[in-house]
Amino acid sequence: MRNGRGSATKQRPQNFWGTTVRLFKYMKAWIPSLLVVLVFAVASVVLQIKTPKISGEATTELFKGVMKGQAELKAGIGIHSLPVDFGKIGHILLVVGIMYAGAAIFGVVQQLIMSWISQKVVYRLRRDLKEKMQRLPISYYDTHSNGDLMSRMANDMDNIGGTLQQTLSQMVTSVLTFFGVLYMMLTISGWLTLVALISVPLSLLVVMVVAPKSQRFFASQQKNLGLLNNTVEETYAGHTVVKTFNREQAAQEEFEEHNQKYYKSAWKAQFVSSLIFPLMNFVKNLDYLAVAVIGGIQVANGTVTLGNVQAFLQYTNQFSQPITQMANLTNTIQATIASAERIFSVLDEDDMTDTATAKLPEHTAPADNVIEFDDVAFQYVESNPLIADFNLKVKPGEMVAIVGPTGAGKTTIINLLERFYDVGSGQIKYRGQNTLDVDRKDLRRHFAMVLQDTWLFTGSIFDNIKYGREDATDDDVYAAAKAAHADTFIRQLPDGYDTVLNEAATNISQGQRQLLTIARAFVADPDVLILDEATSSVDTRTEMLIQHAMKRLLAGRTSFVVAHRLSTIQSAENIVVMNHGHIIETGNHDSLLAADGFYADLYNSQFAGNNLA
Amino acid sequence: MFFAVPLFKSLQKKIDRINLVFREGLTGVRVIRAFNQDQFEQDRFEGANQDYTNTGIKVFMIVSLMFPIITLIVSGTNIGIVWYGGQLIGSQAMEVGNLVAFMTYATQLLISFMMVSMVFVFVPRAQASAARINEVMDLKSKINDADQPVDLPAGPASLTFDHVNFRYTGAEKLALADVNFSATAGQTVAIIGGTGSGKSTLVNLIPRLFDPESGQIKLNGTALTAASQAALHDAISITQQKAVLFSGTVRSNMVYGMKDASDAQIWHALDVAQASDFIKEEGGLDGVVEQDGANFSGGQRQRLVIARTILKRASVYIFDDSFSALDFKTDSLLRQDLRKDEQVQSAVTVIVAQRVSTVADADLILVIDGGQIVGQGTHDELKATNKTYQEILESQLRKGDEVDA
Repeated sequence: MRNGRGSATKQRPQNFWGTTVRLFKYMKAWIPSLLVVLVFAVASVVLQIKTPKISGEATTELFKGVMKGQAELKAGIGIHSLPVDFGKIGHILLVVGIMYAGAAIFGVVQQLIMSWISQKVVYRLRRDLKEKMQRLPISYYDTHSNGDLMSRMANDMDNIGGTLQQTLSQMVTSVLTFFGVLYMMLTISGWLTLVALISVPLSLLVVMVVAPKSQRFFASQQKNLGLLNNTVEETYAGHTVVKTFNREQAAQEEFEEHNQKYYKSAWKAQFVSSLIFPLMNFVKNLDYLAVAVIGGIQVANGTVTLGNVQAFLQYTNQFSQPITQMANLTNTIQATIASAERIFSVLDEDDMTDTATAKLPEHTAPADNVIEFDDVAFQYVESNPLIADFNLKVKPGEMVAIVGPTGAGKTTIINLLERFYDVGSGQIKYRGQNTLDVDRKDLRRHFAMVLQDTWLFTGSIFDNIKYGREDATDDDVYAAAKAAHADTFIRQLPDGYDTVLNEAATNISQGQRQLLTIARAFVADPDVLILDEATSSVDTRTEMLIQHAMKRLLAGRTSFVVAHRLSTIQSAENIVVMNHGHIIETGNHDSLLAADGFYADLYNSQFAGNNLA
Repeated sequence: MFFAVPLFKSLQKKIDRINLVFREGLTGVRVIRAFNQDQFEQDRFEGANQDYTNTGIKVFMIVSLMFPIITLIVSGTNIGIVWYGGQLIGSQAMEVGNLVAFMTYATQLLISFMMVSMVFVFVPRAQASAARINEVMDLKSKINDADQPVDLPAGPASLTFDHVNFRYTGAEKLALADVNFSATAGQTVAIIGGTGSGKSTLVNLIPRLFDPESGQIKLNGTALTAASQAALHDAISITQQKAVLFSGTVRSNMVYGMKDASDAQIWHALDVAQASDFIKEEGGLDGVVEQDGANFSGGQRQRLVIARTILKRASVYIFDDSFSALDFKTDSLLRQDLRKDEQVQSAVTVIVAQRVSTVADADLILVIDGGQIVGQGTHDELKATNKTYQEILESQLRKGDEVDA
């Protein structure tokens, strides 16, 4: 199985047996059920294999009666009907019927158990993956694309579920059927078996010649499909650009080219793979013919009974099936193990380190620093140190404004404060306590964020506001909504607070979403607030509401604000100026202006060219 | 199998739910952790997972019954054939050979039934898919070229809106009401207003992405509907809110609107768009642009798109909220350079913006609110007389900001 030939796809696992063993280990709890399945599968196959031979006996009995009757007719004895022993035939058929029913029952039960197991295993895998996601550090999220992780959750899980459901029992029955049928054939006639066996190398030849070709074509079909999809996605996303730049014709041509390529590779792949079925059928029919001719001669010679030849013909039919099936299963299983490998690789990632040893002090004296950056150094990647020797002391109620051009890395400070990332060296102290030694949950209880990215989950507005604090009462939620100026618009919605926000966020506006995130922060009632105040795509009225709500939220709290407004920057006690990911200046408005550096430049540029006032 | 079809549908919905919750967990990881809501997320996922699993077990159990049952029917039929065929042979009504043939036929018949039942499963699926494709195929474009399109004069550039009303299909209210303005070569028209006020709708009328309900828009003195769309699009260069780049190279993206642009021309456009610095750093004109321009930041993408727009020779340059992703400094440098660019100055420039600082130096500012033009004039005029404009100004310039007052 390991040397499934020439598969050019990425579907191949790195460590086939290791992952297979691990998957079975994972299914440890279901091993007894799997054994039951195995026993039932064996029973079902054995019954299925036995029956043709027994039902053949009925034919033999029938034939005997016919021959006897014909002999009597020849001898001139007048008879109304042929002397067939219907009692015996009836008995045989009853046995056959019971065996068929038995095979069906075993088959059904086996399948039912397998459905149950496969769903349960995948259920647990999903749960474990989701739980793992909770323990992974943010850096994992930042370095892995959502699409990739989604595909593990969706496609890979699906692969595993499907294989457990179908392939596993098919493997067992295929192998069993192959050997069982071989055995039954041998019990009937060695010569006929030899004739039947000719089909095996022929079938293998077909598989060996066709399969690698079709795999190659399938790989190129897959590749071309990807390219085609990319083209479609791109032109679709930019269709107004395509249109207004008069590039419809060019886009059409590009699509046509990719479509043609896909069509050609798909046609070849489908054609070649569809050759397998008729070719195998042809081999099977040749075999059938050979068995019929030679069997007929043997019946005439009296070495084999007619019923046995009939049974043998049925066996030839069953014989080639497992060979094709196993050829197909090889690919499926490879793909499944590759899927399992991808899921296990996530489960094997390192968890966040947690060395919570200390508790946070309950209160701070007004004169003490709430937050202190102490010689902090930090880098995302080893070779590119972003922050070095950063010092900052923040007193209760003070505001820190973080400013800098687009893409300057203003979120880094937020990442460190919330401990999404941990400092490289130095320490960040909250109420005098090094945050590295505090449980993340404990620490985060004291913070709340309102970001530009207004993430809300698919659920009711009420639940989304309550999200800020688990133990918030209903009244807390309503009060927070009022404070955030969200109450009015919420009540105007048809379902009020029970309105379910949809994923595409089409039922409320961007500004309203922002208000909800502010309400959520109100519910959290944090000591320290982290705020991203940019509100670029919000209408003036909502913007006023947002600003007012934010101001109210800020009152009396220590805050870190990614600032876009001059008023915010100027009133901040501390200003952190960032550029290209680095902190380049710190100070307050006056001292920074006096320093006449990057900040002064940035500040003055706002007035270049137009005199607004 | 027939019972399973509706169950399959509900199964699909449930898997969608699992994916939704998982995806939200990925996109919202920072918020989730900041608010200590990991457990809530786990529970939410658990619920979706349980729900799917329960339905999944049901569906696949039904499906797994199919094959054994069909086998049983085939086998039962064979027994019946042997029994009844035996009787017929006994009474010399049938030959033995026919019995074997009959059994083969019966098997073939039942296999056909199996195939047909599969077809019954697949056909409705195909039907649903075909219906969705036909839905798209049957759509007719409402925007068509005139039967005998007239030539669009290359210049002098001018843009006129004459009592233009616009309504989105099926909408009760007009999205734009009675828009009137005109501008000539070298002038800049700026449009300011809140989200949903109709700014983008207004500029989208110029390349005829939509047609007005009544009124007329003229470009270079010719009604838009009289010229062909291709000619119209040739005369317009537009940057949209969403910065769209195509996979390829910086060059291939730049020449999108001007096939035979020289390197010098491209660099000039990049200079004006304040994009040449980072392009020089990142491999020059032949540097790779990934799909969706993923290897550039939002602000960089925006500037590249602006450069592409400037490079195209046109009678109207439209910047639909293109400057909002830029910081004040870049924004102001860009607009200064734009004003110095000869090509842009020989055309009409339309700028949509949220910031007063972006629009303040325009020749004509349209203040738009709820689809109505509530004021038009220069910055000074509007500042003195227009209430909405004053409000916007007020919201963006708080006390202390007005350093040069």
